[in-house]
Amino acid sequence: MRRFLRPGHDPARERLKRDLFQFNKTVEHGFPHQPSALGYSPSLRILAIGTRSGAVKLSWPRGGVLPSGAFPEHAPPSYGAPGVEFMGLHRENNAVVQIHFLPGQCQLVTLLDDNSLHLWSLKVKGGVSELQEDESFTLRGPPGAAPSATQITVVLPHSSRELLYLGTESGNVFVVQLPAFCTLEDRTISSDAVLQRLPEEARHRRVFEMVEALQEHPRDPNQILIGYSRGLIVIWDLQGSRVLCHFLSSQQLENVCWQRDGHLIVSCHSDGSYYQWPVSHDTQQPEPLRSCVPYGPFPCKAITKIFWLTTKQGLPFTIFQGGMPRASYGDRHCISVVHNGEQTAFDFTSRVIDFTVLVEAGPGAAFDDPYALVVLAEEELVVIDLKTAGWPPVQPPYLASLHCSAITCSHHISNIPLKLWERIIAAGSRQNTHFSTMDWPIDGGTSLAPAPPQRDLLLTGHEDGTVRFWDASGVCLRLLYKLSTVRVFLTDTDPSESLNAQGEDEWPPLRKVGSFDPYSDDPRLGIQKIFLCKYSGYLTVAGTAGQVLVLELNDEEAEHAVEQVEADLLQDQEGYRWKGHERLCARPGPVCFEPGFQPFVLVQCQPPAVVTSLALHSEWRLVAFGTSHGFGLFDHQQRRQVFVKCTLHPSDQLALEGPLSRVKSLKKSLRQSFRRIRRSRVSSRKRRPAGPPGEVPEGSTRAERAGLQNMELAPVQRKIEARSAEDSFTGFVRTLYFADTYLKDSSRHCPSLWAGTNGGTVYAFALRVPPAERRMDEPVRAEQAKEIQLMHRAPVVGILVLDGHSVPLPEPLEVAHDLSKSPDMQGSHQLLVVSEEQFKVFTLPKVSARLKLKLTALEGSRVRRVSAARFGSCRAEDYGEHHLAVLTNLGDIQVVSLPLLKPQVRYSCIRREDVSGIASCVFTKYGQGFYLISPSEFERFSLSTKWLVEPRCLVDSAETKNYSRPCNRSSPEKASGQASPYCLFPYRNSGSQSDGEERRSGPVMEHALLNDEKVLKEIQSTLEADRGSCGDWRSQRVAVGYSLGNGGAE
Amino acid sequence: MNRSFHKSQTLRFYDCSAVEVKSKFGAEFRRFSLDRQKPGKFEDFYKLVVHTHHISNTEVAIGYADVHGDLLPINNDDNFCKAVSSASPLLRVFIQRREEAEHCSFGAGSLSRRRRPLALREDGPRRRAHLHIGLPHDFRPVSSIIDVDILPETHRRVRLYRHGCQKPLGFYIRDGTSVRVAPQGLEKVPGIFISRMVPGGLAESTGLLAVDDEVLEVNGIEVAGKTLDQVTDMMIANSHNLIVTVKPANQRNNVVRCGRVSGSSGRSSDSTASRHSLPAAHVLQNLPTDEMESDEEPDVVLEGVLEPRLVPRPTPGSLARVNGAGLAPGLHSPGREGSVHRLLSSLRSDPRHSLALPPGGVEEHGPAVTL
Repeated sequence: MRRFLRPGHDPARERLKRDLFQFNKTVEHGFPHQPSALGYSPSLRILAIGTRSGAVKLSWPRGGVLPSGAFPEHAPPSYGAPGVEFMGLHRENNAVVQIHFLPGQCQLVTLLDDNSLHLWSLKVKGGVSELQEDESFTLRGPPGAAPSATQITVVLPHSSRELLYLGTESGNVFVVQLPAFCTLEDRTISSDAVLQRLPEEARHRRVFEMVEALQEHPRDPNQILIGYSRGLIVIWDLQGSRVLCHFLSSQQLENVCWQRDGHLIVSCHSDGSYYQWPVSHDTQQPEPLRSCVPYGPFPCKAITKIFWLTTKQGLPFTIFQGGMPRASYGDRHCISVVHNGEQTAFDFTSRVIDFTVLVEAGPGAAFDDPYALVVLAEEELVVIDLKTAGWPPVQPPYLASLHCSAITCSHHISNIPLKLWERIIAAGSRQNTHFSTMDWPIDGGTSLAPAPPQRDLLLTGHEDGTVRFWDASGVCLRLLYKLSTVRVFLTDTDPSESLNAQGEDEWPPLRKVGSFDPYSDDPRLGIQKIFLCKYSGYLTVAGTAGQVLVLELNDEEAEHAVEQVEADLLQDQEGYRWKGHERLCARPGPVCFEPGFQPFVLVQCQPPAVVTSLALHSEWRLVAFGTSHGFGLFDHQQRRQVFVKCTLHPSDQLALEGPLSRVKSLKKSLRQSFRRIRRSRVSSRKRRPAGPPGEVPEGSTRAERAGLQNMELAPVQRKIEARSAEDSFTGFVRTLYFADTYLKDSSRHCPSLWAGTNGGTVYAFALRVPPAERRMDEPVRAEQAKEIQLMHRAPVVGILVLDGHSVPLPEPLEVAHDLSKSPDMQGSHQLLVVSEEQFKVFTLPKVSARLKLKLTALEGSRVRRVSAARFGSCRAEDYGEHHLAVLTNLGDIQVVSLPLLKPQVRYSCIRREDVSGIASCVFTKYGQGFYLISPSEFERFSLSTKWLVEPRCLVDSAETKNYSRPCNRSSPEKASGQASPYCLFPYRNSGSQSDGEERRSGPVMEHALLNDEKVLKEIQSTLEADRGSCGDWRSQRVAVGYSLGNGGAE
Repeated sequence: MNRSFHKSQTLRFYDCSAVEVKSKFGAEFRRFSLDRQKPGKFEDFYKLVVHTHHISNTEVAIGYADVHGDLLPINNDDNFCKAVSSASPLLRVFIQRREEAEHCSFGAGSLSRRRRPLALREDGPRRRAHLHIGLPHDFRPVSSIIDVDILPETHRRVRLYRHGCQKPLGFYIRDGTSVRVAPQGLEKVPGIFISRMVPGGLAESTGLLAVDDEVLEVNGIEVAGKTLDQVTDMMIANSHNLIVTVKPANQRNNVVRCGRVSGSSGRSSDSTASRHSLPAAHVLQNLPTDEMESDEEPDVVLEGVLEPRLVPRPTPGSLARVNGAGLAPGLHSPGREGSVHRLLSSLRSDPRHSLALPPGGVEEHGPAVTL
């Protein structure tokens, strides 16, 4: 009978809420999960990637909750210049097999694995382009024909722009007229017709051959080349319906390339060979000019695709996929480039999906002059500069492979000072010297987005002990700098590296490219918590084996020893044995560190359990860290431990023995083995299933479904029991927080450290930090001042102190840097404790409860992430409010007001089953956030009306095409210093994504934009005003929010 | 009010074997001490008490205030021992003439209610005079059926009191389907059901909940549309004061309303019911009022460093305030007493083996359909 009582409907407040809060999923960062097809338009200079779903659909669907409950699995996102990107989603639940741009048009055709064709076009609406599906079509054969008769294997968009030639498994080539997809039956080139027109000696071939290749003559649109799988290639005259010439090879045909002038055909075959055939109409059946098995003489794997590209200099480029010696290198994913006596086999760490070569030549040019090789591998996009000697890779400005090593944690810092930003970029540019200086060659379209209003960093911690620094200011998530903590420790990686190096100089000339490397040398190196102070450049990272590193930004290379300290968190607890992993072994003596963040202190927790919370106070030079056993405080100025506190309940044997780490490692090993199985299954699958398509996946899903049904028979029941002090892992430290507040009496404030545990206990320590001039002489002292036991005993996930104006206390050094007004120390401070179940406000210094919001009791949802954020109003420029952004275990995002704890808005954001997505969520201090929608993609969302980062771009088919050579950059520094484009407003047709309580205003705005240019301009000017206000806003010294979610068990 | 308990609790740890006794008879106090380890026999204590108060010739009943503030009787060796050993540190003894004591019930809330009569809208102990129920005197309420007058007869709202009770709540819930009558015929809808009772647990010992009862509400919030995990979390979040509304699988033991008792009188004597039938204005209330103090145990705050380290124990001090009614509200109305007794006895006899459906039953417990 207690009903959820809506907060009183105050119209003014409701209006204000509309100005402050709005939910949008704005852009997906990272590399598409499970790409399956690549398309490139040389005229638009735009790249399209199609994705597929597979058996892993349940665990990693693409983000977004469609009202129908269907998940958009298969998007062909298109990418051009940085900031230019589109997303389209097929209604069907099938993988994209092929993508073809129609020549010279803003249209593309996709082939799905259910044999359906879809026509998409980029349409300009309201000044920006939008990708939308126009038509779809499934090829139907005559009644009674085998399904394979119409199973499409090859699609050839004809240069006439209105015909599509479709090669099928039956060997027939069907002709379809665009854009309506009318089948022109009289123009079908049946395999029988071709056979009849062949001379007698070529007809002994079996009739049933599938079409492997279709090519249009580079000069004469009336001739097409048809390659059949058994090795027959014919040139077909479309006007006369006759065979102009035919070529017979003894091997299975894989693919064909037609030289630009039309005089030479290069075919590649399943035995790893390629043949060159002269085209002359004099001889009907010419002999090959040359045949070659590049990696012979031992049996080789098939060459599945080949490019033969001419250059002005004379010598052609031969670029082909596969063909490696079967026995020793059959498992490599290689693309070989041969030119002018040089040969390199680019060795990818994941399966190559497809590749293409970018050429400078316009349609009428005499030579191809390739300049870049674009390879879509399963886990990353690699572009190789073919103009520069040595063929270096080009650093992609987008589609970054976030999951080079699995992401273990992330940390976001808003509004980075320019000085730090430049130093990080400088450190990063020295790491990127192996990249080409070529500008990003895929540069179609124009990004209309304004420059980013502020500099934001997203830090991701990885399983291999690295931390990657991403520029998260705009639409393109760009890697700035990579920090590795591995050098601090002794690992067994070094010998294997040298082994690899040995293998490099042998034949074949393999060269590893790409950054995807999923195998961690030592799982203990994994990064679990990150904390960066943007003012001082101090960084602290903590890992799986209880290691806490304190790092300092240094612009020079330096060699020094890392000071090691052990923190015994068990203290006097006797008789316990840690059964988890051992702690990492630090490298003794001085270590050489490259410019960038260099570690100077290593604290190792004992027992070496995973670090579960971390806090850094750069002004007091203190680092606090917590594990499942307790927490400690370290003074990194004097390099000594201040204190440790054991939080274990004496009866909690489980935590002492370290099953957490065992559980974790079991989970991890399971995950890894699943990954391996998946990968091997994927790589063993042929490019096309031999039988009718869809049969294999269908069978497997049926098996899975049966498995699920078996599981359903087990009754699922849940125990209803109150939490008790004796529960396991009550001592697990979930959150740590530094605050300068009134802890002991109301007249004097002092530094304090707060810690919250899994058992609902909050410890508060009063700290005495010596003044700056005696900082090195006197020790930092700490004394326990308070211990609060929440009676509901739910895990404490966040602690925050509000000043006299109920504003969260500023970050350390923020006031000193004049970026925030000083906190109000006159009024009484309040303590906010967020547990998984409740929000509670207490008075300080006498801790008595003032307010609370019982979330779980009301809704049955638990708090997973909480962070204070400042929400700016989209109307009044300087108006903003501080509130809590909350993510629950149901995937809902809520805003809870400060200090009155009133729920403001609620939106459903992540599916509740998507545990990894929920666990990976980070909030920014201005009401945005990120979460993983797949191992390789972050979805960016915004709760704020003011802070939105969204793609907004234009692709114009009529724009003058510039086929000029890409100019090399004058200096890498200049280019890396460029701000990446920043875009506003969503232009995607990915369906409705927010169905919260609040009516989404996005579609309304979109609608207005699409129809009314005046409105568009008005909004644009508002946005520009916003951007202008960014500077003002900083000088107004508005306090920014505090992140609370620094605990968080994984 | 609870602060005082914490402070006195800390004293408990001072090592002293003597227990200070403060004995009150009428307006007079007497103080003496007992040995905590060897309190002796009840008879001797009784003699000592009547002697110190100079009331040797009167028949008296002796009671004490336990740690929860409840007035519990001392009438045999066992509860005397318990009283002395649990004194913290002071043992407060109350002496009444036997005939007066007849009218005053022992039990939870009896003391504190007297102290805070307004907060709980109780009519005070005098109303209790009519209500002598033959329950054993040192019983503490563990559960009650509430809101009988406002719920459909097929539903039952059960309140479980976990305060001061070391027993686990002790039940499990599962997903299932229930069949409802819809305009277009029978309709299957997902529901949450009780799947298992832990032997000896609180839920089982009350006899008010049984396996396959459908859970409809948790502390006033409907569970329809919520997942098993959500309902689990809600129940655990409310575990200190859990009120579950169920549709019992066995519909034969439902409360039969014998005519409509005058609503106003029924309500006014029934603090629990009236509290919960209020439109829940304080569900979201953020004022430090009623709920903060009465609905829930307060958090324990320890100041400074305490050595030896105290393990903060749940301090179930506010039991009395919360559970003021003490007994099922239905019991307050004399007119209904019989039916409730009937209900209770039938439940005790066998709550779970008589699972026959009521005639023309509109609902059945479906098979377990799970995720």
